[in-house]
Parts: sequence; C-alpha cells; structure tokens
Amino acid sequence: MPTFERFTMPDAGEGLTEADIVTWHVAVGDPVTVNQTIVEIETAKSLVELPSPFTGVVAEILAVEGTTVEVGQPIIVIDTDPTGAAGPVDAGAGAQDQDQEPAAEASDVPEESGSGAVLVGYGVATAGTTRRARRATEPSTPSVPDAVGQAAAPAPAPARTTTASPAPASPANARSTSAPSATVPSTPAGLTAPASAAVAPSARPASVVPALVHPVQSVTQVAPRPGTLAVRAKPPVRKFARDMGVDLSSVHATGPGGIVTREDVLAYSAQAQPRALATYVDDDAPWLATGQVSSDGRQTRVPVKSVRKRTAEAMVASAFTAPHVTVFHTVDVTKTMRLVARLREDREFTDVRVTPLLITAKALLLAVNRHPEINASWDEVTQEIVYKHYINLGIAASTPRGLVVPNIKDAHRLGLKGLAQGLADLTATARAGRTSPADMSDGTITITNVGVFGIDTGTPILNPGEAAILAFGAIREQPWVHKGKIKKRFVTQLALSVDHRLVDGALGSRLLSDVAAVLEEPSQALVWG
Amino acid sequence: MTDLLHQAHLAHESDAIDDVPLQLLAPDGSRVADERNAPYRARIADLDADALRGLLRDMVLVRAFDTEATSLQRQGELALYAPLLGQEAAQIGSGRALAPQDMAFPSYREHGVAYTRGVDLPQVLQLFRGIDHGGWDSEAHNFHLYTLVIGSHALHATGYAMGVQRDGLVGTGDPARDTAVIAYFGDGATSQGDVSEALGFAAVNNAPVVLFCQNNQWAISVPTSKQTRVPIYRRGAGFGVPSIRVDGNDVLAVYAATQEALERARTGGGPTFIEAVTYRMGAHTTSDDPTRYRTSEEEQHWRDRDPIDRMRAHLVAEGLWDAEHQAALDAEAAALGERVRTYVKGLGRPAASSMFDHVYATDHSLVTRESAWFADYEASFAETQGGHR
Repeated sequence: MPTFERFTMPDAGEGLTEADIVTWHVAVGDPVTVNQTIVEIETAKSLVELPSPFTGVVAEILAVEGTTVEVGQPIIVIDTDPTGAAGPVDAGAGAQDQDQEPAAEASDVPEESGSGAVLVGYGVATAGTTRRARRATEPSTPSVPDAVGQAAAPAPAPARTTTASPAPASPANARSTSAPSATVPSTPAGLTAPASAAVAPSARPASVVPALVHPVQSVTQVAPRPGTLAVRAKPPVRKFARDMGVDLSSVHATGPGGIVTREDVLAYSAQAQPRALATYVDDDAPWLATGQVSSDGRQTRVPVKSVRKRTAEAMVASAFTAPHVTVFHTVDVTKTMRLVARLREDREFTDVRVTPLLITAKALLLAVNRHPEINASWDEVTQEIVYKHYINLGIAASTPRGLVVPNIKDAHRLGLKGLAQGLADLTATARAGRTSPADMSDGTITITNVGVFGIDTGTPILNPGEAAILAFGAIREQPWVHKGKIKKRFVTQLALSVDHRLVDGALGSRLLSDVAAVLEEPSQALVWG
Repeated sequence: MTDLLHQAHLAHESDAIDDVPLQLLAPDGSRVADERNAPYRARIADLDADALRGLLRDMVLVRAFDTEATSLQRQGELALYAPLLGQEAAQIGSGRALAPQDMAFPSYREHGVAYTRGVDLPQVLQLFRGIDHGGWDSEAHNFHLYTLVIGSHALHATGYAMGVQRDGLVGTGDPARDTAVIAYFGDGATSQGDVSEALGFAAVNNAPVVLFCQNNQWAISVPTSKQTRVPIYRRGAGFGVPSIRVDGNDVLAVYAATQEALERARTGGGPTFIEAVTYRMGAHTTSDDPTRYRTSEEEQHWRDRDPIDRMRAHLVAEGLWDAEHQAALDAEAAALGERVRTYVKGLGRPAASSMFDHVYATDHSLVTRESAWFADYEASFAETQGGHR
C-alpha cells in the first residue's frame, strides 16, 4: 500500500510560531530523498531551507508559496511507498494525524491547526492541548456513532490521480479521520496508528463539492467548526444542501447546538461560488494567492504582511517625516549610449552586463563625491545630521516578493567593473528572493530605475534614513537641438527627490546637474573621477 | 611550589613568534617542518597509517552526524542543535590525545569530543530534543554533561582537577593512574569572568587541567576582534599559565599540542591554556543566521582550510588513502546518518515523573510527596485522553 507521510512546519528557530512559504523546490509527482531540500521558508529570523524527512514521491503540497503557515501545520504529503496500490491520500495522512493528535474537546479547537507537537520543550502552541477532565458530559461530544460520521464525510479523490492540482484536503475528510481518535487510545508519536487507514476507503461517495473548495483556503482558512463527528442538520436542510451541491461538512454551523441551518448552506454557497470565479480556468494558481473573497465575489481582501507591510511602513515613515522636494532634468545621453555599446565590446567587461543604469550609478557616485553633504541622514532623536563617509548605493528592485532596496556596500570604492558586478549580484539575489536584511540596511543614497517600465520619470519617495533618491527614466530617441541643428538623439529624464530638512534646493540641483553632466559627456568622469 | 617566575618568563619570551599558530600540516595537506614544531613532530612520529586514517575517519563520521542532526532539526525532530561543522580537527585531535582516565568538561558543541570518549553519538541528541538533561553516563565515559552556561564549566573542571590532585592521582609516574582534566570552551567564553577565575585558580593551585579554547572566530554574531585586543592564548601568560596557539584545523598539530599539555598536567607540571584557531563553518545554532553578520568571502576563505580536506589531502599524498578507503568511509558515514535518524525518531517521551529522579541522590520526603501529587494530577487527564502521550 502507498504510505502517506505528512511533514509539518517545524520550528526552525527557538519558539517561532509561524513561517512563510517562500519557494517550493519540488512539485507533486517529484521523487524526493531524505534530506533533499524541498522548500525554502522565511521565519521571523531568517530564510531557511527545509530538508525532506522522507524518501518517496510528493503526493500533495498543502501550502502554496506566499502563505504563512503555523508551526505544526502539515505542508506536504509524501508517498513513501509509491509502488504500492493506490489509496486515498488522507487515509494515510489521517492515520498520521491520529497518532499525533489527541482528541481534543474539539468544539473550539480547529482540528487542522496542527498535527501534534513534534517539537518539545518550547512554547509553540499546538493543537490538541489536553485539558483536565470535566466531569459533566460535553454537549459537543459525538452524538452519532463513528460509522455514520465516516459515511457522511466524503473523501476526496486521491491526489495522485488529479496530478497538477493540489488535492483539496477537504475539511470533511480531515474530520472523518481525526475524529475517531476520540475512541482510539492515543499512541506515542511516530508509531503507526491502528486500523483507521482501513476505514477511509470505504467511505468515498462521489462527492463533487471539494472541487469548489479553494486549494489555498482549504489549508489556510478553514473556519473553526464544531468537532462533532457527524454534521447535524435537519432533513430538509440536508436535501437542500444536496440539491445545491454543497458538502454539509464544509459549512460553518450557526444553529443552536451546532446545527447547520438553511441560511448556513446559502452563505456557504455564496462564498464558494466566487471562489471558483476568482480562479482562472485551467489554472491551478488562484488569481490572488491568498485572501478572502467577499460574498458577492467582487472584492478580495488580502492581509498586509511581509514585504508589502515593510514597504508600507517605510514609505509612510519617509513621506510623513521628510519633506520631499523633487527636481527634474532632461538630458541628452547619446554619448552614454555610445559608451555602453563600446564597453559591451570591451574584453574587460565580457562577463558583466553593461547598462545605462551602470553609467548612471557611476555618475551619481561621482556627483556625491563632489557634494558629499548630500550623503547624509537626519537623526531626529539626537537632533544631529549624520554625514556618511561611505556610499552604500541602494537600487530599488521590483521582485516577485515586492519592492526591496538592497544596497551595494562601499560603492564609492568600486571601479566601473566592480560596480557592474555589484549590480549584477544585487539584482540576481533580489530576483531569487534571497536579499537579506543586512543587504538592505544602512543605505546612504538610492537609484530607482523607473525607465525599465517605459516611464519618463517620477517623484520618488526617499528610502528612510537617506537624504536623496534618483529616478532614472526611460531613454528614448527624440528630436533634440544638437550643435544648432535638430538631430535624432537619445534623451532621458532624471528626477531627484531630497529631504529638505537637510538638503536645500541648491544642493539637490547641483548634484542632479552633475549627474546629468556625466551622462551627457561621460569623459567628464575623467575630470571628476 | 610552582616556579611562577620560570613560567612567566617562558610565556613572555616567545610571544611574537607564537602568535603564529603551531602547524604540522599546511592547508594543502603537506607536512610543515621547522625548528619550532620539531618537538611536536616527535609527538606524532609514532602515529602509524591506521592511526592517521583513524583521525580522518573520526572527523568524517562526526561531520556526517552533524549534517544529519542539522537536518533533523529542520524537520522538527530537534528543538535546537549546535553544529560543530568546521571544528572537527580541534575536537578529534584533542579528544584522541586524552587517556581513558582523563576527565573532559565540554560546552555544548563538543560532539566530536563526545565521540572520542565513547559516547554513542545519537545519544547526544536527547538533550537537543529536549527529553533529557544529558543523555549519557558522564562517569562511565569520563565526559561531563554539556554545559550551556558559557564558561562556567572552566571552573568546574579546575575544581575537579584540584580534586584529582588531592586524590593523589598526579605525578605518580604510573601512566595508567596519572590523570588530567580538560575543559572545552569558545572564544566568547574568554570574555566571561569564570574563565579568568579558572585560569587564576588553576595557576595558583598548579591544577592538572588543560583549558582548551576553540577560537572559532564568532561568539554568535560577535567577532573575536570585539572580545580581545591580544591573541586569546596570551591571556594565559598573565595568570602564569603556559599557553600555546595551535592551528585548530590541523588535526595533527592539535593532537600534539594537547598531548603535551595533558602530559604536563598528569606529571604535576600544572595547567596549560590552548587556543585552537578554527572556524565555525555553520551557524551558531540552528536558530542563528550567520549570513547576517559575516561575508561569503570569509566563509569561502575557511572552506578552503577545511580540516577534513586537509587531512585527506595529506593521506592521499602519503599514499595512505585510496578510492576504496573513501568508499568504505562514505558508506560508514551514510549508515551512521541513517542510524541517527532512526534513533531520534524512535525516541519517545520520557515519563513526566522522571523529572523527580535526580533531584537528590537518595530518597527525599518532600520530593517523594511532590512526585506522588504530580502523578495524581497527571492521572486526572485520563478521562478525556485515554492516557497522556
């Protein structure tokens, strides 16, 4: 028989409670071996690569990239005996669940919130915390025999047959397999649980509903439901649900004593429909990776976190503490373009990328060297201006994870080639999502290359703690007065925002004018270099 | 009475040249022979081919264990783990110089030393899984439990050594009786008062103790340059303790220097301070992210000085190592990794009552009472649980 093992999110630091899934290195169907890196996660402390604890074939990936997963939640299912006969995923996984998860008084403990504490000695909240016995019988304890519960809870189609799409870990199923642990004496983690694997296959009605369940939400957003074994609903509501194609076990019950009402079914149905709409046809990835779709299907609310959150905080801090002034300059960069073309042919530069941005970065470094007062920071606490004797040149980078502004340390010491290498490294690291906090800290001045989006220029907001930021616009061929005649020339626009608390318009203008002078006539660099 | 004048003189005179760590193997694996290391060369002269291969085997196995343990932490099987990656030579070289009756006091990264003391490596992980305060019988192995408090065990070791001295187990001339004590700590620990106190006590009492500092360059994120203005080994001179700086990634140099120090201790010559200059190639612990405070160039610099590569290169150059040896060792390392994994996964939970077991050496009425109360309390969960996990 195929044996399905779940790997739950570990605590990769001491006492962490959650981590973000950054990149999966494996997909459903991939073979994996013990200790092979399968996923990269980001904790509050660091980026960490997780090695697989099992050898086998990936049966199911339970958490998509970008989601935050609590420690203890399963993230992947691996079939450790893929040559065996097919069987439903959750039978095996559920069995795992069962040995690790004690039967909680589940009326207020979401069952999916963890498959047990593999970690020991730390304060991470795991599901199934045991409580002292209450003498009175719990109203929420199963009132229906186990067998009924299993029959009512459909198992989804096995993941291996649905190939690409992560098989929805149907909440119903999780319940049907974890609930029996109420009656099975729990065993130490790691031992094989008895019997339950044999139960699930028999309970597989041709339910169609799980297909509607959003793959993400089935993992991250399962509402707490009564932990009763069977769904409690009146017969007319059951029929209504069946007619609507709604799986009762997925419905959040609000009726007295945990009964599912007709309204509950309607509310669920309304919510389920737009979820399907939010997903492109034939596309496993939902349109938005996370979020809650409104009941009319016209809005999605996404929690602000991670890079988005940090960007927002930084921009608010900057925009509302530093009074911004922006100056503009339109410049003929034809000679810079010639220089770029020539350097690309140069043997010295064969292994690095020469771009107009590189020359602009160099021009900015030279200009800062002539006006070092701009390379400074306002210290509100001590009421001092901190002048930096080094240039850590920030480059605003748009990455799949959002805006990051890593900087090239001590850029003023770099020659043109070193600078090109620095730019290449920085970009590659940012694209790979590996930019570390150290890479982003202690910047002194920044370039934002809005030109790559075909934009003329913008009024950039300062990176907090810096006094100037240069926006580099798109380079276009334009008619331009050159030596008294109208010629076709390469022209671009530069914009420089400065913190007016410490930089006056005159200084900002002189700096921008110097940058423009080098771009217009690169040989000026020989004079100023 | 100790000849303090003489010792102080010794330590001072050679300061300048001794800043260069003692080396018997260059990073490329070739033997280093100069006037200064001649006495140490003599100490390894009797290491035959099997002994030399054994040192490489030890280092490779310990690293295999280390890799597996790091993975197990990432898989949620261990709460925490402190990798020794990069420090194999410092630990194996010094550990293999110990005699069976010698006593070792480790900090929490000395998995290599544990191995040389006959501790079955997987047992070490009980501590890191959080199910035991130790994991081995420290008396059976003459290997104390891991000490997590930085530097405090330097004092424990010094006190233990003074006890050995008072038991008359020093300077008897019987190599099977004469006993030395060794304490392992890091560069960061030298900033703790305890280590200075230990040096002071060890010196004035002429205690048979070797204070072995693995300077792995980083005290978590604090570099050695933020700990000391002089090379760490020179601290010893101020206390009147003979000191030596050794290349900690050179297993032969570490072996020779430690053997010399242990011999001095056993024969009544008193304490020695050893600074083994090495590098922590991995994280401080699995909770640490070293990329935040050090450069990849620095890491590469030390990867090029890998202690295992160095010893292997030496054996290959001497014609003592071939593909067959390598294949056998690789298989052995893989098997150890597998065994570690199986062992850790098979560790259950200790009975909660075991926390009362070692509070006192003998029965104690208060503890007995508390133990009984706790058992009763635990039993009250049974109705919802069917027993605790």
